[in-house]
Amino acid sequence: MFQRWKDSITPTDIVMWMIGGSMLLMIVWGSVATLVEGKYTGRHWVDFVIFGLAQGSIYALIATGYTMVYGVLRMINFAHGEVFMSGPFTAYYAAAAMYRTDFLDNHPFMALMVIFLVAMSVSTTIAFFLEKVAYRPLRGAPRLIPLITAIGASFFLQYLFRGLYGSGVQAYPVIKVLEGQWMIFGIRILKFQVVVILAAILLMVGLYSFIMLTRVGKAIRAVSEDKEASALMGINVDGMISTTFVIGGMAAGAAGVLYALMFKQVHFFMGFIPGIKAFTAAVLGGIGNIPGAMLGGIFLGLIESVGPSLFLDGLGIPAPYQLKDAIAFTMLVLVLIFRPTGIMGERLAVKKA
Amino acid sequence: MTHARSIWNNGVKTGIIGGVAVLIISLVGMVVSFNRRDIIFEFIAMGHTLLLMTGILIGYTAAKKTTATTTMVKCFNAVVASLVTFSFLALLVIIGNAVNLRAILVNASPMLYKALTLGHHDSAAGIFIILGIGLLCGICAAVLYSVPTAVRRITITALCSVVIAGVLQDLLRPVLLAWGPMSVISDFLFAGNGLTAAGALTVILVIAGIMTVWNFKGDDVKENYQHFSGGTQRGIKIGAFVLLACVLLILPQIVGLFLSEVLTIVGLYVLLGLGLNIVVGYAGLLDLGYVAFFAIGSYVTAILTSPELGFFALNFWQALPFAVLVGICFGVLLGIPVLKMRGDYLAIATLGFGEIIRILVLSDALRPWLGGAQGINKIGKPSLMGYEFSQPQEIYYFILAGCLLVVFISMRLKDSRLGRAWMAMREDEDVAQAMGINLVATKLLAFASGAGFSALSGAIFSAKIGSVYPHSFSVFISINIICLIIVGGMGSIPGVIVGAAALVGLPELLREFADYRMFVYGAALVAMMLLRPEGLWPDVRHKMELHKDESVAEEPQVSTAT
Amino acid sequence: MSAILVTNKMTKRFGGLVAVDSLDISIEENSIHSVIGPNGAGKTTLFNCITGFYKPEEGAIQFGQNSLVGKLPDRIVKLGIARTYQNIRLFPNLTAKENILVGGHSHLKSGLFGAVLGLPRTRREEKEASDGALKLLDFINLTGKGEFLAKNFPYGEQRRLEIARALASRPKILLLDEPTAGMNPSETQAMCDFIEHLRDELGITIILIEHQMRVVMGISETITVLDYGKKIAEGNPDEIKSNATVIEAYLGKGSAAEAH
Repeated sequence: MFQRWKDSITPTDIVMWMIGGSMLLMIVWGSVATLVEGKYTGRHWVDFVIFGLAQGSIYALIATGYTMVYGVLRMINFAHGEVFMSGPFTAYYAAAAMYRTDFLDNHPFMALMVIFLVAMSVSTTIAFFLEKVAYRPLRGAPRLIPLITAIGASFFLQYLFRGLYGSGVQAYPVIKVLEGQWMIFGIRILKFQVVVILAAILLMVGLYSFIMLTRVGKAIRAVSEDKEASALMGINVDGMISTTFVIGGMAAGAAGVLYALMFKQVHFFMGFIPGIKAFTAAVLGGIGNIPGAMLGGIFLGLIESVGPSLFLDGLGIPAPYQLKDAIAFTMLVLVLIFRPTGIMGERLAVKKA
Repeated sequence: MTHARSIWNNGVKTGIIGGVAVLIISLVGMVVSFNRRDIIFEFIAMGHTLLLMTGILIGYTAAKKTTATTTMVKCFNAVVASLVTFSFLALLVIIGNAVNLRAILVNASPMLYKALTLGHHDSAAGIFIILGIGLLCGICAAVLYSVPTAVRRITITALCSVVIAGVLQDLLRPVLLAWGPMSVISDFLFAGNGLTAAGALTVILVIAGIMTVWNFKGDDVKENYQHFSGGTQRGIKIGAFVLLACVLLILPQIVGLFLSEVLTIVGLYVLLGLGLNIVVGYAGLLDLGYVAFFAIGSYVTAILTSPELGFFALNFWQALPFAVLVGICFGVLLGIPVLKMRGDYLAIATLGFGEIIRILVLSDALRPWLGGAQGINKIGKPSLMGYEFSQPQEIYYFILAGCLLVVFISMRLKDSRLGRAWMAMREDEDVAQAMGINLVATKLLAFASGAGFSALSGAIFSAKIGSVYPHSFSVFISINIICLIIVGGMGSIPGVIVGAAALVGLPELLREFADYRMFVYGAALVAMMLLRPEGLWPDVRHKMELHKDESVAEEPQVSTAT
Repeated sequence: MSAILVTNKMTKRFGGLVAVDSLDISIEENSIHSVIGPNGAGKTTLFNCITGFYKPEEGAIQFGQNSLVGKLPDRIVKLGIARTYQNIRLFPNLTAKENILVGGHSHLKSGLFGAVLGLPRTRREEKEASDGALKLLDFINLTGKGEFLAKNFPYGEQRRLEIARALASRPKILLLDEPTAGMNPSETQAMCDFIEHLRDELGITIILIEHQMRVVMGISETITVLDYGKKIAEGNPDEIKSNATVIEAYLGKGSAAEAH
């Protein structure tokens, strides 16, 4: 399909090139203008970049879940953002309890472990049952149906947690050791940002080596290549699909805790926007491609953090930060239009007969 | 031992699922808040009804699923399942009395325990009450399962009618009260915030009576209808249409202000749904950014008519064509980039478009032109020959006219060359192209017509409200419309109307339960996809399309031997 | 007789694989021309190139006065080339009649406004199209089954329906991709008669991909044999039967020719 389209230049192609070109022009123009104006100092840019890295590594963790599920089921698990939300929202109560008993201040490391454990196990459970109840019976159905189911499940989970825990915004307790700053290579960095970035990198390395090195990881990769053949090779396909959801759920739960550490609050709707952003990241990296999703997430985080100041401010747009999400969505649409196989370029797009 | 276990295995399994379901229902607060309304006044409340219905349903499912041959075993399983289901609630009350769950679960309040135990939450009696109710549900389910099909259908319909009458009391009462002599019926049927006991009994008897008669005579009637000549059948159909038209015309006059308002909202969603039905139902393009065109229609109308911004001062009718035209243009404009995308990618890209437009409208950057978060006020009201549509009852006619127009257009399109091209594209894009269908033009026409309808609804919406705010155009509106199309039945025009009534009308009538709206939506969407993907009122042609097994069964075995 | 469709040094590659390699084929007007060859010989790729699904990297495809290279499928079907698919691809949830009407899409003109306003021209056109579709249903012996969904037909009828859909586009050339696949001998015979009938009654040139040698030898005037994207032989059935290269391609390389 894409080949065929590429071969014959149609008016629609020209329109799309014009859109792309004008976007590029705006970005370059805006960036130059901002840099010439010199409103932001180097310090600002460093802050933007580090914030972007931290935010991006959270997106990256969530994106692995999207990308792995897409790999095995060829469906967008729209409810993955809610898997992400369920963990930290539940873990909040553990954190608050530990805060009240001073356990959090006395044994911050242990307490963090407990928070991670609670969040990851809740997210994992939700992901597991989501697949079992909502997606498994629909395997082999027309593609629209699982997608709609996922949308339904997304709202069901959001409002389930709203009903269970209330609609208020809960402030995550402050972990004192993570407050303050560190000087690294002469750059002052907020401690929690360092922790978020390091934890995310650690988790991603762990996840990637699990997928690449273990037997189960190999089986999952086999299932994403070809379900029938894997079944014939004696791989328990259903089991591997469940495992994929479980791993994705664990990553999402951990990402949720990191998100809570960064923004210090949780609420029932917190999964929706990061979910879509993480999906964008997965698409950026080429959906189905795990390292791609990780890079895509970090890239998106950076663009979102640096972008508004870099290329919107220079265009004289007031309050550019309001348009942060618009940048992410524009990225999503642009990637889907111009490079649906992602920046990493793996060809996992819809095969054509 | 193993044998005994295998006998009630199914019941326990189903019961656990039911238990989780009732726990969720209780803990999200549905029981307590639904209990504020009675089904039968001072006898049974809505929350309790919900639990009872779940219990019976679970029992019945367990009986049905059990493979055993004897009715005894099946009935036994029904009782076990219901009992297990309710024992979850008993457990909740026991735990809740011992620990303060409320610190985490906001709805695990004493009020919930009180509601669950019928007031005996602090004594052991409460637990037995819950289990007793479970047993009762199980027995009901078992009885329902064992009686002949006809009797079961009549009983269920009659009981459900009572529940529906209770739930829809806000709809029924004003209608009955509107006309003097009928108010007697209303007084007889309803009291307080529910039905009267006598009223409920009457409803049961009347419905059961009608059902019984229909059971015996229904086939005769159908047969008679078949025997009528074509002309007579046509006459009957026209008669039905005229009757329907009369009802639609006088409806706002009888039902009063509140219900007219509800009707206008439903109408607006029907309008939106029919537009999206072309894109999703006919052409198979899942568009999650549909609300963008709704917003564009509203904002164009607002900009053109509102004196607040002071750019233009057109009246509504002058602005309307512009709104629709701009909507169509944007439909094409946003359609071009996504032409190559299919399925999931298209859905996400359009979702992105919808959000981009909302964020832009909300931003300070475009504030001088679009009003930012404060929106635009003082939008011109439509008027016709000096008569201004401002009250809901008047706007209703306006929307009704819009709906009829769009229904007409949808019906015409469906059986046209273009409609067939859309459906062919939905079925198989490549083959459609190989049949001479120009994919670009056909897709863009689908996007454009959908966008046009959406913009039209947007214009009407802005005129109805009198102001526009970016917050009215969140992605939830798109999801709502998708839901109502799917629940109604994709591609089906009556389906859209049924869907809008069920998903928009019902929540408006039960506004005090608005908190659970999205919760129920989500659950309904999933349940619908799992159990009845073709929708409540499927397009005749669609009836079997979405059941995968059937289409697979038809798949021929292609020999690949050389 | 003159050639109606000519390919000249046509090459189609997929990455490193050359699916069709510098192929010259010339199809005589009003003939039944079979293309045979082992699996993966490039037969279906040839069809996809002719109908515009693939664009060959090199070479030309000439149909009468028109070059087909680079044209989109919807333009090519308008010129008069229609096809069927190896694994039947009807529109499963449209009725039989609608399937045929979609086939005739390019001969109808009404658009959005005509349909909405119910213009007399549109109505007349729809009426004619509907009559035409019913006639085609009669032609393929599915009289009175027009309102059934396509997916509910038995296999053989689906094959015929697919051909009827292709015929609705009033083609000059009809490309049939394994029309007898999965059929029993009597169904196969009926399909052969049907194909000859198409050519004799409607004067349509037929290009046929077929694996059953009995069918190929029975009805073709010319046979082209492909192997690894190259033409290894061409001629009438008798010539092909005795061609050593063909026999080697089928038997020498261990293909499943014994099946036939």
